[in-house]
Amino acid sequence: MTKVLIKGNEAIAEAAIQAGCKMFFGYPITPSTEIVEYLSKHLPKAGGTVLQGEDEVASIYMCYGAAATGTRVMTATSSPGFSLKQEGLSYLAANELPVVVVNVNRAGPGLGGLGPAQSDYFQCTKGGGHGDYRLIVLAPSKSQELYDFTMEAFDLADKYRTPVLLLADGFLGQMMEPVEIKKRIIADLPPKDWITDGCRGREKRKIASYALSNEAGEATCLKLQTKYEQIKEKEQRWEEYKAEDAEYLLVGYGTCGRIAKSVVLNARRQGIKLGLIRPITLWPFPEKAFASYKDKIKGIVTVELNAGQMIDDVKLAVECRMPVHLYSRQGGMMPGENEIFNFTAQVFDWSVAEEAITDGKNI
Amino acid sequence: MEKIFKRTTGLSSVPFHYCPGCTHGIIHRLIGEVMEELGITEDTIGIAPVGCAGFCLDLFSCDFIGAAHGRAQAVATGVKRSLPEKMVFTYQGDGDIAAIGTAHAVHVAARGEKITSIMVNNAVFGMTGGQMAPTTLAGQVTTTSPYGRDCSTSGRPIDLPKIIATIDGAAYVAAVAVDCPKNIFAAKKAIKRAFQVQQLGLGFSFVSVLSTCPTNWGLSPVDSLKWLQQNMLPVYQMGELKVPEEVKSL
Repeated sequence: MTKVLIKGNEAIAEAAIQAGCKMFFGYPITPSTEIVEYLSKHLPKAGGTVLQGEDEVASIYMCYGAAATGTRVMTATSSPGFSLKQEGLSYLAANELPVVVVNVNRAGPGLGGLGPAQSDYFQCTKGGGHGDYRLIVLAPSKSQELYDFTMEAFDLADKYRTPVLLLADGFLGQMMEPVEIKKRIIADLPPKDWITDGCRGREKRKIASYALSNEAGEATCLKLQTKYEQIKEKEQRWEEYKAEDAEYLLVGYGTCGRIAKSVVLNARRQGIKLGLIRPITLWPFPEKAFASYKDKIKGIVTVELNAGQMIDDVKLAVECRMPVHLYSRQGGMMPGENEIFNFTAQVFDWSVAEEAITDGKNI
Repeated sequence: MEKIFKRTTGLSSVPFHYCPGCTHGIIHRLIGEVMEELGITEDTIGIAPVGCAGFCLDLFSCDFIGAAHGRAQAVATGVKRSLPEKMVFTYQGDGDIAAIGTAHAVHVAARGEKITSIMVNNAVFGMTGGQMAPTTLAGQVTTTSPYGRDCSTSGRPIDLPKIIATIDGAAYVAAVAVDCPKNIFAAKKAIKRAFQVQQLGLGFSFVSVLSTCPTNWGLSPVDSLKWLQQNMLPVYQMGELKVPEEVKSL
């Protein structure tokens, strides 16, 4: 097993090549730019095409065109650019076109800042564009997961004929870590018998999402929702860390999930039964992860790089049966493990020795 | 008895939905005939706009993709880059390509994207009920210029073919009209050349077609044709604005 030291954004780009992505349409934006740069250098050597669009809107619609021909295609951006892609994402979802989209979340709103953030959670998990649709949202917390989840995103997109979003943050995108460059395992996927690639030898096909009759419109909506229900049932993913016997839980995804592990370790050293649930799919939100905990946990703290967005989904998942608190940093700031620990100790009234609180690098 | 004129195989059997006197039908037929004559119907992917022609994806015999408003050329780019051997064209109204889609119109030309775009210019947003478009003439009354287009506040009509013709990557640019048989023949020749330019891989090809909208202009079909001749033809530069040597002899 060989590992290479690689930047998070480059891990995403390399995974796309290995996954058989042949088309990339993008537009530079910090902190995701290394993705388009890496692919510009390496995708043509793998028989693919990189085209820098005139804007983010063009890029997502170029993806739309490529996906309609059955080609594996990806685009990558960062928060303000992700906003611009929302119209296209709605069309992709409506027309059931498989496209992998990467959002390396930076601070917002507005032009915001270049630091890491999770402030696009609502936009990513609740639809984002117009109409009733969802994206499958994968939330990696280390470079290897950036690689693995990107590869898998292509299969999920093809399996469900839906756009799939890889949601990272500026910290993950810029960080260097060793990554094992795995080869693609060819999955058993449905045939692409719907593509528009010229009708030679077959009936003509069309890809469109317009219905003048309300009855037809509702049928299309119900078809999408049936698919989303299947995804909810089959694709919820999460990681548990020392949660089995826990009395309290931290919940955090991505970078926050990683920091929270150190907080759990610190708490355990002091005899406090703290555990972690790290959502990996943000949509579908891993409600199942909370099923066995909602009657035995005394309280939860969500750790988020926003003003409190995922906390709503956590409260729904535990049916508000216990106090759920938020520890939040915003605008590009990252919490230290000590501040999370102190906050958690305070809200749950733990009596802990002052000297036991450290800000070590345990994970 | 031998049938000497029949529906082109480039068109499907779905009846047109357009208003009486609308010239979309003529333009559809010309494209259908060109695809049939070049033998490319089964190797062509069309991209439909948002607007009256949004339903044209059912009217042609080739594969079709419906785009969002203004985005047809970006979608076409994705298709063509994925299938460089296939023929790809967009069919768009003036509101679609010359307002919300202008950035794409300029950049497919700049990149020399090997696609063909047909712009149907009837000087209004037709589908939404006759609002002012970038192509609306000075003084023209629409539902959003009820006192006539005031150039001091709303600007003057955009002549998109003229703009596109200045861009190096645009290989073929023509502005035609479908107001009379002579011009309809010229329009067909231009559309055919545009597709041939794409077949030869020479770059972006663009045909603007002046068209009527009797419903929103509030005129009869015949009066609409006269209105086009009297008001639109003098404003817009007509003819072939850019022709590569390779297609002149075809």
